[in-house]
Amino acid sequence: MLIFERSRPGRRNAAQAPNHEAAVSGIPAALLRKGPPLLPEASEMDVVRHYTGLSQKNFSIDTHFYPLGSCTMKYNPRVCNSLAMLPQFLARHPLAPEHTGQGVLACLHDLQEILKDVTGMAGVSLMPMAGAQGEFAGIAMIHAYHDARGDTARTEIIVPDAAHGTNPATAVMCGYTVREIPTNANGDVDLDALRAAVGPQTAGLMLTNPSTLGVFEKQIQAIQKIIHDAGGLLYYDGANLNAILGKVKPGDMGFDVIHMNLHKTFSTPHGGGGPGAGAVGVAQRLLPYLPLPVVARQNATYRCLTEQDLPQSIGHLSAFTGNIGVLLRAYVYARMLGAEGMHRVAEFATLNANYLMAELQKAGFTVAFPQRRASHEFIVSIKPLKDATGISAMDVAKRLLDKGYHPPTTYFPMLVPECLLIEPTETESKETLDGFVAAMKEIWDEAHTTPELVKGAPHTMPVRRLDDVKAARELDLTWKPATSTRAV
Amino acid sequence: MPFIPHTEPDIAAMLASIGAPSIDALFDEIPAALRTGKLNAVPEGMNEMQVTRLMQERAAQDVAMLNFIGAGAYEHHIPAAVWQIATRGEFYSAYTPYQAEASQGTLQLLYEYQTMIASLTGMDVSNASMYDGASGLAEAILMAVRAHKSSRRVLLPTTVSPLYRSVVHCIVKLQNIELVEIPFDTAAGTIDLKALEQHTGSDIAALVIPQPNFFGALEDVDALTAWAHAQGALAIALVNPLTLAVLKAPGNWAGKGADIAVGDGQPLGSPLSSGGPYFGLMCCKQALVRQMPGRIIGRTVDMDGKQGFTLTLQAREQHIRRAKATSNICSNQGLMVTAATIHMALLGVDGLRRVAIASHANTQSLAKLTSGLSGVKPLFSAANFHEVVLQLPKPSVAVLASMAEQGVLGGFDLQPHYPQLGNAILVCATETKTNEDLQRYVDALRHALS
Amino acid sequence: MSNPANLPNNLKYTASHEWVKTEADGTISIGITQHAQELLGDMVFVESPMVGRKLKAKEECAVVESVKAAADIYAPVNGAVVAVNSELDSTPEAINADPYAAWMFKMKPDNAADVAALMDAKAYQAVVDSEAH
Repeated sequence: MLIFERSRPGRRNAAQAPNHEAAVSGIPAALLRKGPPLLPEASEMDVVRHYTGLSQKNFSIDTHFYPLGSCTMKYNPRVCNSLAMLPQFLARHPLAPEHTGQGVLACLHDLQEILKDVTGMAGVSLMPMAGAQGEFAGIAMIHAYHDARGDTARTEIIVPDAAHGTNPATAVMCGYTVREIPTNANGDVDLDALRAAVGPQTAGLMLTNPSTLGVFEKQIQAIQKIIHDAGGLLYYDGANLNAILGKVKPGDMGFDVIHMNLHKTFSTPHGGGGPGAGAVGVAQRLLPYLPLPVVARQNATYRCLTEQDLPQSIGHLSAFTGNIGVLLRAYVYARMLGAEGMHRVAEFATLNANYLMAELQKAGFTVAFPQRRASHEFIVSIKPLKDATGISAMDVAKRLLDKGYHPPTTYFPMLVPECLLIEPTETESKETLDGFVAAMKEIWDEAHTTPELVKGAPHTMPVRRLDDVKAARELDLTWKPATSTRAV
Repeated sequence: MPFIPHTEPDIAAMLASIGAPSIDALFDEIPAALRTGKLNAVPEGMNEMQVTRLMQERAAQDVAMLNFIGAGAYEHHIPAAVWQIATRGEFYSAYTPYQAEASQGTLQLLYEYQTMIASLTGMDVSNASMYDGASGLAEAILMAVRAHKSSRRVLLPTTVSPLYRSVVHCIVKLQNIELVEIPFDTAAGTIDLKALEQHTGSDIAALVIPQPNFFGALEDVDALTAWAHAQGALAIALVNPLTLAVLKAPGNWAGKGADIAVGDGQPLGSPLSSGGPYFGLMCCKQALVRQMPGRIIGRTVDMDGKQGFTLTLQAREQHIRRAKATSNICSNQGLMVTAATIHMALLGVDGLRRVAIASHANTQSLAKLTSGLSGVKPLFSAANFHEVVLQLPKPSVAVLASMAEQGVLGGFDLQPHYPQLGNAILVCATETKTNEDLQRYVDALRHALS
Repeated sequence: MSNPANLPNNLKYTASHEWVKTEADGTISIGITQHAQELLGDMVFVESPMVGRKLKAKEECAVVESVKAAADIYAPVNGAVVAVNSELDSTPEAINADPYAAWMFKMKPDNAADVAALMDAKAYQAVVDSEAH
């Protein structure tokens, strides 16, 4: 039932209405609304029950193992939320004077310093509000760098074919054309193709390392030399930073600019789609272009740098100061981990991924790159199972739901047919991983004995498989009352 | 070690299964020269008690003030139930609802959100949110240019927030889009229609129409929308969703309606939080839906014919369309939208309207009260909603600093952004302010001017 | 995989999987091949070019969208758009049902010889076969 169907005309929630008898004054009638909007008329208890009930229809990290590849669904510590929501933090207006926000600014400044250290970059701006906005900021900085040098013939960004879709989309938003290069059989960049692709038109290369294929790009030193020799810059997509946190710094690999997904590596919540935080880090030569504001510490006081301080900045990405509440959660997490904990993140994320890969291989599943170490994630191809039984990666994913597991990422990266991209993260125990392997074995058996059961899955969710074609052909994007008497 | 559950026997058993001698061996594909891994600036770890102490000390440094600043972020009461429910783990720690069967809670909530926002704005369809109002406006401009097909010129009036205009420049400038500023009528505080008419007949993709505008003043939205359409341009409405409980919905502007509506959803349940996270709302006409960026939820049926909800129109998005996507946007501000949906449901039709009117009335009262002070008066003649520009007889920086010393945030200083206005500040009194609060403002201002 | 026997011999083809049919009046109809519709799956939307628009060969001019993919349609030759099949607006599934009947738009080619120079069924079949490897 929708909240609108719980609505009854005239029912109101007096507790949430100001005791104000005032009326609108001085506004011309032509500028006023003609009729009420379609909002529920419900009691507070109705609303609380409705949305509590909806929450119970979700899988989440707090309720289920969620090995979604490339998404780093690790435990989101509860204390990060409660401390980010301390009343003083919530109450401060973004345009209040800086002396009223020294506490929050200190946290942001410290977080910048921590991120600089773990990534090996010279400067960090926390402002991008999501990974994709971090990518935008990064590529815009590369653009600004070339422009400032009068090097305006560079019109192309190189992207490996295995990259996240945000990479090519970002390059286009920054006015570049995209040149895609292939991946070799080992899952690494095809160096010959890269050499052939670079030239005076090359503005830069966007690379995820470990790649979306779940392996560390071993030739990174050669790649950075090819790009830099061609006069391009190297962009690090931090989607998989969790795999190397505390082990390898992108700055040491030769990257000029990076974004981090704090909602992955620094465990801020995904919130059903966001908000994220896509902090960017840069090498020395890109420092002047960082997005504003950057928090600086001067004479024991924290302040936000402005255009006066960084006149070559690419500018502002949000009306105010980014997703500060998310940044506070990341800061609490970073302080709890500390230096020692940071090292452990990559170690145990990698241990869990390699263990799960080994166990699934033993159970008969085909991994995409058996000759390689897994990073923090790895790919299983269901193609052999599909050829034998007709059961697809989608079927396996849906059947996992019945067994109490959120499925891995399906059909990405597109290079591997019928793929499951599996990322267990460091916060899961061996028992949980063993349980997942057992469930996968059961599905393997079911695929051979009762394939219809798998093809019809899920059977235990609030709904069964949905008609996506109908959803796209007969767009129903808003609810409409049966008899529409409403005006707006 | 925080949040890592492995025991020593676990580690040994797992390494044995892998056939690796040590955890370190799992990194043997990484060139040794790169594996430095020394962290110098990261302090030692803390347990929960220690980090709580640290953050409480930091929070205590943030000084509470009686706030009369709006300028794009508004202090409103948020019902206790909003964040108690939004931070339930099932909402808080879920991913984007790609697996629809295991995400019906989030998906249905987003469908309800789309319905509420589309109705408030009077538009046909809504997406599931953008990052914030400013970046949402930039995306709306890109969308309008895509939809218009022939022109890349967009008129951006200076009555749009200067903070928003700065973000728009940053995001669209690399795509060869020409942004043309339209000045405002310094008497009315609204778009200068004569200046606008100089563009009649020229090649324009879109006109941005803020309502209320940055000065809190109400634009002649019908005339502006009609003008845009007469030029073959799209009308982009930039709105505050709370005010739409009272003000004419963009879908009805000039009868035919604006083409795209965007704005910041912060007034609907997002705490001020020094600036974020908030969320951007984005709605449009049905005909433009395939040009809209961001995630969209549709209602459909499952294999048994039962109602269900799913992400739809995904072929527009970067994970499928890659370089040809409508935008690179991937994640949105889902949790803020969760809060906003619960917020709107809790307030309902009556509550939202009362909050809007009370904010309007408080601001009118404050303008009246301050007019009793010598040299202080509302600067503009146009009707306003819940913000007002006050002209001061003394330098605004000094006046605001003095008020701050008295514990009152007296307003947003317009001087750096609109030097032609002289000593002018933008003031907002929402429903959270009592008569005593308003009087305290007047007293603080009087003292600052003395 | 499409069966060679299904490739109509009276049509011309492009490497980007459009088919081209020369009509009696000298205009050409353009649609997508059986192979392309199989790859894309259930069609949900077709975006057609504006009538009157001048196109260059290989210019993007239309989009077909399925649930999981979207593909650009390219002009096969230089020419102007003279008609679009508006029935596909409400029934995009017609492309799945019979791709060679579901024409998307018609063009008046600048030069009829350009059409004659397009691939025939046999040459196109070779393209499809090579993609399978």
